[in-house]
Amino acid sequence: MANTGSSENVPFWFDPKKRSIGAQILALCMVGLLSWYLISNVLHNLEKQSIATGFGFLKKEAAFEIGESLISYSAADTYARALVVGALNTVKVAFIGIVLTIVLGTVIGIARLSKNWLVSRLAGAYIEVMQDIPVLLQLFFWYAVFYESLPAPRLALNPVPGVFLCNRGVMLPVLESHPAHFYILLAFVLGIVFSVYLKRWAKKRRDATGKPFPVFTLSAFMVLGLPIMVWLGFGMPVKMDVPRLSGFNFEGGTTLSPEFMALLMGLVLYTAAFVAEVVRAGIQSVGKGQREAAMSIGLKGGQVLTLVILPQALRVIVPPLTSQMLNLTKNSSLAVAIGYPDFVSVANTTINQTGQSIEGVALIMIVYLFFSLATSAFMNWYNRRVALVER
Amino acid sequence: MPSAILQNHEAEIRPPVTSVGVIGWVKQNLFDGWFNTLLTLVTVYFLYRIGPPLFRWMFMDSVWFGPASECNQNPGACWSIISSNFRFILFGFYPYDQQWRPLLAMLILFGFLYYSRDRRRWTKRLGYAWIIGLSAMGILMRGGILGLSAVESSQWGGLPLTLILSVFGLTAAYPLGIFLALGRRSKMPIIKSLSVVYIELIRGVPLISLLFMGSIIFPLFLPEGITINKILRAQVAIILFTAAYIAEVVRGGLQGIPRGQYEAAESIGLNYYLTMRLVILPQALKIVIPPTVSILISAFKDTSLVVIIALFDLLKTTQSVLSNPEWMGFSKEAYIFIALLYFLGCFSMANYSRKLERELSRD
Repeated sequence: MANTGSSENVPFWFDPKKRSIGAQILALCMVGLLSWYLISNVLHNLEKQSIATGFGFLKKEAAFEIGESLISYSAADTYARALVVGALNTVKVAFIGIVLTIVLGTVIGIARLSKNWLVSRLAGAYIEVMQDIPVLLQLFFWYAVFYESLPAPRLALNPVPGVFLCNRGVMLPVLESHPAHFYILLAFVLGIVFSVYLKRWAKKRRDATGKPFPVFTLSAFMVLGLPIMVWLGFGMPVKMDVPRLSGFNFEGGTTLSPEFMALLMGLVLYTAAFVAEVVRAGIQSVGKGQREAAMSIGLKGGQVLTLVILPQALRVIVPPLTSQMLNLTKNSSLAVAIGYPDFVSVANTTINQTGQSIEGVALIMIVYLFFSLATSAFMNWYNRRVALVER
Repeated sequence: MPSAILQNHEAEIRPPVTSVGVIGWVKQNLFDGWFNTLLTLVTVYFLYRIGPPLFRWMFMDSVWFGPASECNQNPGACWSIISSNFRFILFGFYPYDQQWRPLLAMLILFGFLYYSRDRRRWTKRLGYAWIIGLSAMGILMRGGILGLSAVESSQWGGLPLTLILSVFGLTAAYPLGIFLALGRRSKMPIIKSLSVVYIELIRGVPLISLLFMGSIIFPLFLPEGITINKILRAQVAIILFTAAYIAEVVRGGLQGIPRGQYEAAESIGLNYYLTMRLVILPQALKIVIPPTVSILISAFKDTSLVVIIALFDLLKTTQSVLSNPEWMGFSKEAYIFIALLYFLGCFSMANYSRKLERELSRD
């Protein structure tokens, strides 16, 4: 016990263990004191300005309209419902944005690696330009394009039959609802469930006997074929609800507002540039030897891609890709600048009306923290799943 | 003469004209196989459809210096929205006859940045010079001494404000970020968890929520009677935000230093502070220079968000020109100009970062 003996001799401020405990207590005290000071100031100020505290305001009537909503909402509803509408709008733009970004980003990333000089250079220029312009500026730009450059509904552009572009937004035709839709969806889900089980069974059989099974062909047939068969069985309902001009605006179909379109375009075009870089790096990270080795053991083109190249490239691509998706979600909060009623925008209106800024900002932070934590939980799960298992 | 023979031989088997020179290059890079050929043709067609009309709009039919009335009669771009409001867009509400001061401050900043581009010039003296330079810029902007008239910070705006927010934001966030990174790597559980909570909290929320916090909540935090001006509050929010991102970058650098370095430093009797200052940080910070520059780039871009809390940065001055009825409807031209300024700034930083990366990988 020479060690403890010597530590009794040195003064406590030279003993690393005691010193670290002291430092931690000091740090905790400082943080505690600072928060106590700030909180007492806040309470004093709130009392002075007679601002209510707590989340009681959520149950009060919101008394403001929201331009677009996925669920039914009117000004007579509560603040809580208004905030849910905002959160759903955020989810809507983030979800559609993420899907489009991945598609566009992958295309540009592959184009960047193309052997075609022209295509590769164009993709490079796109990536460079889009990354170097603030996303907020891009949002303003697209918003201005919608409001200033597109014509009034009467002179709306009609690029594809049924689709109209004007300064009120984009009008799209929708399928008229029909009882068959439910069964088609059911068939689709059944097809997916069936393919999952089929894949498991085929893998088990291959591991046991070595015999391959055409999983992909059969799954594709089930996932696509079943719904089509149901559709044929119902007599091929194809009635579309096409938007038509009536008076000063369009009726029928569905309308995507200029705010939504500007936000979506800005976010997708900006984030796709970053995703393209991620995809390019991922594809380049798989060595040429991998493809050659896979081909030399007799795998076919599709198998080389799905069994050898993609699993390795995805391991590199997915983590930065998720963080880009998270960036897109966080950047969707810039909607407040162009008036799309996302969560931040609704919360901002709530703050202005109730004066309860602390609760409002806290709600914004909690909602985005929830998105972030959910994403990082997914990331950790994925990383564990695909991590290199070494001896 | 062997060389003569070789030359003769070479002349005999020279490759066909279609595989070398311009034709060979075109064939190999643009028309290699049916798919590539199709791709090239489609791309060229789209460029042909988009390029010439765009060029005509931007340069041929455009108005460069005329009044707004002239723009309305012209089909092309109206660049005179920039030329007529140039000084307001660049300097905002800064007193008109004093605008040489922010201009001089910006020139000093650009001069310093240009001089510091070479890593061999990064000495202690340059560091002191930077401190003097930044203070000189502050004095130039603020005034009040040396016979300069005082200019309230509420009158600051335009490009100088954007630059101040990003330069001061990064200078202050850098040391804070290093502390947070060291805290996150610390063996003391309380310090470590405080740092982790701070970093993850900040990185999980959008910058705009912090800016809201700075502009609406921060005044409530202060004791009665004390107010802090709006620019400083936004600046603090940007600093707190950037610091969390720098902390993660620096942590990456710290993780890249092999254990042996820590042990070697300990074995020659250095304490924690000296180990970090003399051995670990110099190496770690050098590794992370390129990612730090990308943080600088995004901080520069992110300063545009102060528009939302109504600070008159470059974007806001442009928007207030656009809200003038005379110039309404020329947003695209104005935004393209601002985008060009941001692009030049970010592109030169990105290029510089690539150059540094090449240099660092060599030594």
